[in-house]
Amino acid sequence: MLLAAATGLLKAGAVWATPWNKTAFAAKAPAETLKELGAKNLIESKEITITVPDIAENGAVVPVAITSRIPNTQSIAIIAEKNPFPLAASFDIMAGSDSHVSTRLKMGQTMNVRAVVKADGKFYTAVKEIRVTVGGCG
Amino acid sequence: MADPMKIRATLQGDIADVRILISHPMETGTRKTASGLVPLHFIQNVIVQHNGKTILDAQWSQAISRDPFLGLRVKGAQVGDKISVTWTDNKNDKRTDEVAVMAGS
Repeated sequence: MLLAAATGLLKAGAVWATPWNKTAFAAKAPAETLKELGAKNLIESKEITITVPDIAENGAVVPVAITSRIPNTQSIAIIAEKNPFPLAASFDIMAGSDSHVSTRLKMGQTMNVRAVVKADGKFYTAVKEIRVTVGGCG
Repeated sequence: MADPMKIRATLQGDIADVRILISHPMETGTRKTASGLVPLHFIQNVIVQHNGKTILDAQWSQAISRDPFLGLRVKGAQVGDKISVTWTDNKNDKRTDEVAVMAGS
């Protein structure tokens, strides 16, 4: 509660938002990212679909969609493994949302995109490679 | 003040397909211009609500593309339901926009 007030996230009448996970977003390598997300004992799952182009011609705008068919999905995190800060986004899925998110990322080079799904307190994962012909960070 | 978001919520069966386009520079802090480095400026949080109830809470990094896109699906939706989207960035700027769910074609 104190942290939320200090970061200005919680004001009278405001919508409660999950605090921004500073340490996870500051992690510089995928192993560190997973550790900061508390993701342990990752289970490879075919019930996670990662939809990305095989080749991205513009690394500044790479479409990424993740669908989780794992029951009771609580969150979906997207990790762009070779980005300077691999954690690209984390989505908390509440009741009422289908476990599907899509967005567009900047990717500096060819790399693996990893999805980490938390469901019923357990962590599941899937990975897919994207080839990037023109990097998106410069 | 930030430009309005473009939000489209279309019903397909009882699931609303929601597409959101936000106007924001999403600066990584590493872009150089003639006057130096453009400072870090990016959306950190996006909340999507369905009839006032939060259904998606997103935390973003500066690696989300400029003028960010967000797509999601809302279960149990009906035509006329309210979908509202609120974003907050690292400068504590924020913006909320709202649309009603429309019938699909």
